[in-house]
Parts: sequence; C-alpha cells; structure tokens
Amino acid sequence: MSNLMITTYLVVGATFALYLYIALKSRAKNTGEFYVAGKGIHPVLNGMATGADWMSAASFISMAGMLAMGGYDASAYLMGWTGGYCLLAMLLAPYLRKYGKFTVPEFIGDRFYSQTARLVAIICLIVASLTYVIGQMKGIGVAFSRFLELPFEVGLVIGMAIVFVYAVLGGMKGVTYTQIAQYVVLIFAYTVPAVFISIQLTGNPLPQLGLGATLSGSEGVYLLDKLDKMVVELGFTAYTSQKGSTLDIFLLTMSLMIGTAGLPHVITRFFTVPKVKDARSSAGWALVFIAILYTTAPAVGAMARLNLMNTVQTGEIGAPEGNLAMDARPQWMHNWEKTGLLGFEDKNGDGKIQYYSDNGLSAAEAGLAKALKEGGDVTAAQAKVDEAAAKHAESKFAGFGWKGNEMTKVDNDIMVLANPEIARLPNWVIALVAAGGIAAALSTAAGLLLAISSSISHDLLKSMLAKNIDDKTELLYGRIAMGGAILLAGYLGLNPPGFAAQVVALAFGLAASSIFPAIMMGIFVKRMNSAGAICGMLAGLGSTLLYIFWFKGFMFIASTAMAPDNAANWLFGISPGSFGAVGALINFAVAFAVSSFTKAPPEHIQHLVEDIRVPRGAGAAQDH
Amino acid sequence: MNNAQKYWQANIRLVIGCLLVWFFVSFGCGILFVNQLNAFRLGGYQLGFWFAQQGSIYIFVALIFFYAWRMNQLDKKFNVEEA
Repeated sequence: MSNLMITTYLVVGATFALYLYIALKSRAKNTGEFYVAGKGIHPVLNGMATGADWMSAASFISMAGMLAMGGYDASAYLMGWTGGYCLLAMLLAPYLRKYGKFTVPEFIGDRFYSQTARLVAIICLIVASLTYVIGQMKGIGVAFSRFLELPFEVGLVIGMAIVFVYAVLGGMKGVTYTQIAQYVVLIFAYTVPAVFISIQLTGNPLPQLGLGATLSGSEGVYLLDKLDKMVVELGFTAYTSQKGSTLDIFLLTMSLMIGTAGLPHVITRFFTVPKVKDARSSAGWALVFIAILYTTAPAVGAMARLNLMNTVQTGEIGAPEGNLAMDARPQWMHNWEKTGLLGFEDKNGDGKIQYYSDNGLSAAEAGLAKALKEGGDVTAAQAKVDEAAAKHAESKFAGFGWKGNEMTKVDNDIMVLANPEIARLPNWVIALVAAGGIAAALSTAAGLLLAISSSISHDLLKSMLAKNIDDKTELLYGRIAMGGAILLAGYLGLNPPGFAAQVVALAFGLAASSIFPAIMMGIFVKRMNSAGAICGMLAGLGSTLLYIFWFKGFMFIASTAMAPDNAANWLFGISPGSFGAVGALINFAVAFAVSSFTKAPPEHIQHLVEDIRVPRGAGAAQDH
Repeated sequence: MNNAQKYWQANIRLVIGCLLVWFFVSFGCGILFVNQLNAFRLGGYQLGFWFAQQGSIYIFVALIFFYAWRMNQLDKKFNVEEA
C-alpha cells in the first residue's frame, strides 16, 4: 500500500469515527427530535448544518470544473445557488418557522385546506429529493473507488451503512450535529489546497484576492488577463467573456435561485431553530458558510485551468518544442486516464500534446465515430467532419502542423480532485480532499433522506392513511421509511438510470415551478385559495416537465424526444435546465387567474395567514 | 389600518427594497450590464465579472443580515416580537 493510500485511509476513517460518535451521542427520542431536532439548534450552528446540507458532491466536486471550462458563463451557478438564500430568508423561512409544523407538504396541505394539494406537494418533494440522492450516492462510490481503490459497489455500500447508522438513529438531531462536523471537514478540504495554489501562483494566501492579483514573477501581469490571453491564442473564447445568450444565463440563474429556495431539505432546516428571528439570521449564517466555498470556487476553477494549460503548453504556441511530450506526462495524468475521465490522442503523430479549440473538428470526428459504431447517419456525420476540417485547414493552427485537439477528453469533475496533484501538494492534502468530497456527499444525502422519510411517515401515513398511530409508532415508521429510502437510493446508485446527470435540472425545475410559488403565495396572498394553488402547481409542474421531456425524451428515454436538444429548437433559446423560472411564472399566472373567479378561502384560513405573518406566539415544537 | 396591517406593510416595503438590491447586483451588474461594467476594473478583475463571480455573493450575505436586523427593529416597533 502506498503512503498516500495509508494517509487517505487514516483521514477518511477518522472522520467516519467522528460522525458515528456524534450519532450515538445525539439519538432522537421523539418525533419532534426526529423531524426537527426539537427546534433547539442555535442559528449559527443551524446555518453551518444548512451549509453542509446544501453543498453536495456537485458543489464540492463539479462546480469548480464547470467554472474552469465555462469561465464567465458558469457564474449562473454561483449566483443561482447563493441568491436563492435571499428569497428563502425574506419570503419563506421566518413564516414557515412561525407556522411551526414538521414538513413542507404539511404547510401546503393546511394552508390550502386540501389533501390534494398536500399530495401534489408530497409527490414533488419525493421526486425532487430522490433524483438528488442518486447523484450523491454515485459521488460517494466514485470518491471511494478513486481514493481508496475499492470497487465502486463496496464504497457505495460502506457509505450507505454510515448514513444508515447516523440518520436512522439520530434523526434530524443526529443529522444536524453530524452535518456541523461534516461542514468543518469539507470546508477545510476545499480551502486548504486553494490557499496553497493561490500562494504558488500569486503569493496571496486568500484565493478570493489571488484571483484578482498579479502572477508571481511576472512584472505585474494579472492572473485573469494572462488566462484570457492564453485561451484566446489557443482559439477559445476569452475566459471572462460571455459565450451563451444573455436570456438563457438570466433564466438559468433565476431557475437555480427559485429552485434553491424551493428544495424541501433546505426549507426543513429552518424549522429547527428556536425562534422566528433565528430563522431570519440562520439563513444569513448558512449563506456565510456557503459563501466561503462559493467565493473560493472561481479561484480554484481559473487557477486549475491556468495550471492545466501551462502543463500542456510548455512553451511558445506553434513552436515545435512548445508542447508537452506524450512520454513526459506527469503521474496525475496517468492516474486519471485510468478512470477514463481524461484522455489523449496524438492525432498529428508528433509525440506531443496539443490542447486548443479546433472549432468543432474533434466533436465532429467523435460524432462520425459514434455514427459508424452505432449505425447513425454516416453521410451527414462525414459531411460535418469535412466542413470542420476545411475550416480548421484555414486556421493558424493548421500552419503549425496541428491536426485537431489532442486532449480528447477532460471531465469537469476531475478538476477539484486532481488539483492538489497538479499543484504537487503533500499527501495529507490529497487525503483531506477525499474526506471532504465524501463529507459533502454524505451530508446532503442524509438531509434528503430525512426529507423523504418524514414526508412518507408524517404526511402520507400519519395524516392520510393511518391517522391513529401514536408518537412511538410514527417514530418507528419514520425509521423504517428512512431505511427503505436508503436501500432504494443505494440500489439506484448502483444501477443508475441513464439519466442520472440530467435529473438535476428536473429536481430544480420541480422545486422552482411547484413548491416555491405555492408556499410564497400561501404566505403573501391571503386571497389565494385551494383551487388556485392546485391548478397553479399542476400547470407549473406540467409545463416544466413537458419542456424538459420534449428535448430530453419522455422519462429521459432519449429516443422519445420530440426535437433535438439544441439552441435552434429551444423556445426563444431557453435551454431545458433554465425553464424552471418560466414554469414558476406559469404557476403564478394560473393560480391568480383561477383563484380570481373561485371562492375566497374560508375565514379560519385567512386568520391562519394573518397569524403566520407576525412572529409573536411562535411556540416550541408542536405537533398537529 | 390596524397594527398588524401596518407591520405587514412595513415588512413588504423592506422586502421589496432588499429584493431590488438583490436583483440589481446579480441580474443587473452580473448579467444584463456585465459587458458595460467590464470596461472598469477592480484590481485584476473586470468589474462585471467580479460582480458575477464574487461581488453579488458578498452583497447577498450582507442583505440577509441587514434584513434580519431591520425586521427585529420592526418587530419591536410594532410590538409583535416573540416573548
């Protein structure tokens, strides 16, 4: 076993021991502690737990990679996944805390005095949460298989067992305290390598400032200017300039914001604080803890891109000795090639690697290879290759004897994980990154599983199917539902439906188009009645699902797609992932239209709305 | 108008004010006017790019704490704070 492996086992093992210790110390004894931790979590700690809950494998592993490859355009994720907290703090959290129940469907069902509304909310919640959990489970398996060199399946089962112990035993209380520990692990794991790399490149220890600083030993050349210049010379669009359409970036940001505010496992976290005013500030603290990672990510992304380009383009562009020799590839490249997430092909046979934008030549060649292998339209694919090749022949790169981009595969997800290796940081830092990635995935999975199990045991069983069960039985059902949800999530993680990567758009679309508008109107529009809310949710949900399925295939079966998924076919150039904001708009419009010509809600509901608007009288944990 | 209604109106005014800032820094400075703002610089950052990848996030944090602080004041002023 190598030194790195031993270090990694030690660091990951120590964090697991910590999580289990916390779980045993904070077992839930009643439903109040199981669902909402007895509403006794200090707002700062709750904010920290919310941060861990929110920041998933996607935030930890994928986001910096998206920034590295997307540049400015990936800003939509930064603003979208943080700006949602403003909506949460001002429009939802304090009122839901005042209302003082356990789950999101419970609020929707009571406010719109309708079991149908509650059922629609339960379905949205379960679909959104479950699709999200699959991704986390996969992230856990990948982290284990890469860093501990265990089979993917074994890693996933270990992860499931750990979540099972602390979530089933501890409920929300155990999960909250474990998440606080996980936050510390993950933020440490994210920022330490970033600080090292920032010092290496700019001499500035704060990555947020390093990104705007000058490069060390460069006589005042700014890092971002250097990066822009380099990518442009290699045929890419400048890192800091916009590539996509403004409308699409706008709507994607909006969808992610509204979706963030509507995701049930995040909303539930604000039920756990002692007071209404704590719900307000807790959202602020959550965003502080999230912002530490989210403002570091742009630096990680840009610096990783610069390091990657410098590694490959060792000298002057176009000079025969200007590129990295195939045989001289550093160890980390070999490691990642084994996983299939990184790939090279010496197209011009010069024994060197050229990484540049060949204007779609590689993509066209890949399309042709696919058509030949799977029996597509070969003639059309060949025509595309010829067209791209003709274009490429006129570019300056052809003059260098380059025959297309030779870094044929570079997966966004390797950026954060490979970063410490690229920068040649010590082993313990690499081990820490592994533990951080696992912490991010585990904490989010636990939060989602809790949201799923509480809506099954509390909303579905206790309130609809078996109304007479006592607290103890409900707690038992809650634990059984949690165990079942973990097994199902594990099964789906082992046998991911082909669409696992695409469902993130679906989860956000559902949350944005159904849950957020329903809750918001429930609080801010006293006149909103059950007919309006139900029609609104169904219209928002239906239109969003239809739009996503239209381009991605019904139930994500690609062959049933009604139109190819590209900008030419999209309505006004809106990509399916950005449609949630439009769905939310449709929800609002339909709800207002329907409620305006149906009966106003009954007196006691109007009183309920007046009551949740003022903080006074918010009780401690209450049930029904 | 009774006390609760006045409190609610003050709350709505505050929320609208905060959300205008929220919209201005992210959708305004970070997306709609990003190219115009990129003509200015903040150290090595182009200003629009800075708003999109750094500035808007800092302002979001500040906004929530400002909102929480003002709401606590309003709770007291209208005598609706929790016991």
